Amino acid sequence: MSDSTLTLPPLAVRTAAPAARPLPAAPRAPRRWQWPLGAVLPLALLALWEILARTGALPPNLLPAPSKVLGTIAELARTGELWPHLGLTLARVGAGFALGSLAATALGALTGYAPLARRLLDPLLQGVRNIPSLAWVPLFILWMGIYETSKVVLIAVGVFFPVYLGLMSGVQGVDRKLVEVGRMYRLSGLALVRRVFLPATLPAYLVGLRNGLGLGWMFVVAAEIMGANKGLGFLLVDGQMTGRPQTILASILLFAILGRTTDAGLAWLSRRLLRWQDTHGSEQG
Amino acid sequence: MLRIEHLGKQFGPQVVALQDVSLQVQPSEIVALVGTSGCGKSTLLRIVAGLEAPGTGRVLINGAPVVGPHPAVGFLFQEPRLLPWLTVRQNVEFGIAHLPAAERAARSAGALARVGLADFAGAWPRQLSGGMAQRAAIARALVARPNLLLLDEPFSALDPFTKMDLQEHLLGIWADDRHTLVLVTHDLEEALVLADRVVVLRSRPGRVHHTFHVDLPRPRRRTAPDFQAQKQRLLEALGVAA
Repeated sequence: MSDSTLTLPPLAVRTAAPAARPLPAAPRAPRRWQWPLGAVLPLALLALWEILARTGALPPNLLPAPSKVLGTIAELARTGELWPHLGLTLARVGAGFALGSLAATALGALTGYAPLARRLLDPLLQGVRNIPSLAWVPLFILWMGIYETSKVVLIAVGVFFPVYLGLMSGVQGVDRKLVEVGRMYRLSGLALVRRVFLPATLPAYLVGLRNGLGLGWMFVVAAEIMGANKGLGFLLVDGQMTGRPQTILASILLFAILGRTTDAGLAWLSRRLLRWQDTHGSEQG
Repeated sequence: MLRIEHLGKQFGPQVVALQDVSLQVQPSEIVALVGTSGCGKSTLLRIVAGLEAPGTGRVLINGAPVVGPHPAVGFLFQEPRLLPWLTVRQNVEFGIAHLPAAERAARSAGALARVGLADFAGAWPRQLSGGMAQRAAIARALVARPNLLLLDEPFSALDPFTKMDLQEHLLGIWADDRHTLVLVTHDLEEALVLADRVVVLRSRPGRVHHTFHVDLPRPRRRTAPDFQAQKQRLLEALGVAA
């Protein structure tokens, strides 16, 4: 750098040089299509299963062929029997997830932000967390009856804890130095929460939501097995009672698809919201 | 512009960070605070910024006592402290959110051009090098048009070349805007390149030991005999030279 730089206005000095320089990395790299390597093994296993079932090596009354399972789903869809089951299970998970994550968001934000609230509330919540959640089932049924309320509340309890823990640790982990930047620009209260705490907490919160959703799917099965006359969990019990393994497998497959799809939705949302992250994972986008 | 009156600050019963520090800074003056580590120079700056409360004494900016972060005061931290979820442009506009969008865009574009980052407005902080990130932080401090800019070892994490580049850059901006600059540093050459006045603090308790007026003409050459002689006197004042 020559001494003349000092006397020139910085604008003229500086703008010319970086113009020629490319960005260190393009903000969004073009995504190349990749062979879905993860699909190879499941497909091979399915093919093997189909062959073994058709040749009679597997007893059809215990493990029917995949084609028969798919046929069962198609039949359920054709007769229209499938949709109420599917819809009700989705509605229960949706309601339980909404309820559980809302409560967890309120309490997690509070205990993460305020040390006093943490000292007061967290020990109790951690204690409750260690109760195996299925132990609540008899109590919930006693309190709220066998219908929807007890099921939704049970799912909400399952969703609550991962979201609560994720958010609380996220808020606690917010970089003090970034909070200070906010303070330096005289942000306080809600503005500081919205512009610093919220985005800084988002990664941990989204992980919590994904874990919570996974538990939500687990708990809907428990709730529906305990007592329901509709829902995918009911199909499981129904298949067992009537000795139709294809119905059980169809239900399991539908749970897998629904769980995977909803999680993929949250994962997609996470990627979109966290494009800024400088982490090992973000490179693979 | 800035008056520090009998400032004292104590952390716990044992540690006296600052004791009876008084200092006046004139408009457009560049003052460097130097001292060995633990002399309270960063604490002093943070109290002036309103990020920490004074223990005793008071700080006045334009005659009014400091009670919290002041709109006319900018702060450049040791680290860039860019918010990683905002683009470079959004980071620069962080402190001027109250202005209309057109005004914000004009100001941030101007500030980014001044620090040579016009082409990086849309980049994420993670894509910037250390020097570029600190330049973005300078732009963020400048868009709010502070009268007083406080710098807390702003270039100490950078390599020597980037550091010299940014020092000259800062002087270039100062030559245009003539804000008052108060700089904390432990780099004596940095203090001598930038400052009109170098205040030497001694530790335990932190207090003003000596004040040097640097009357070398700008641009200052680090290799000039006058420069080196000043540096030697500073070293002696700090008690680290034989």
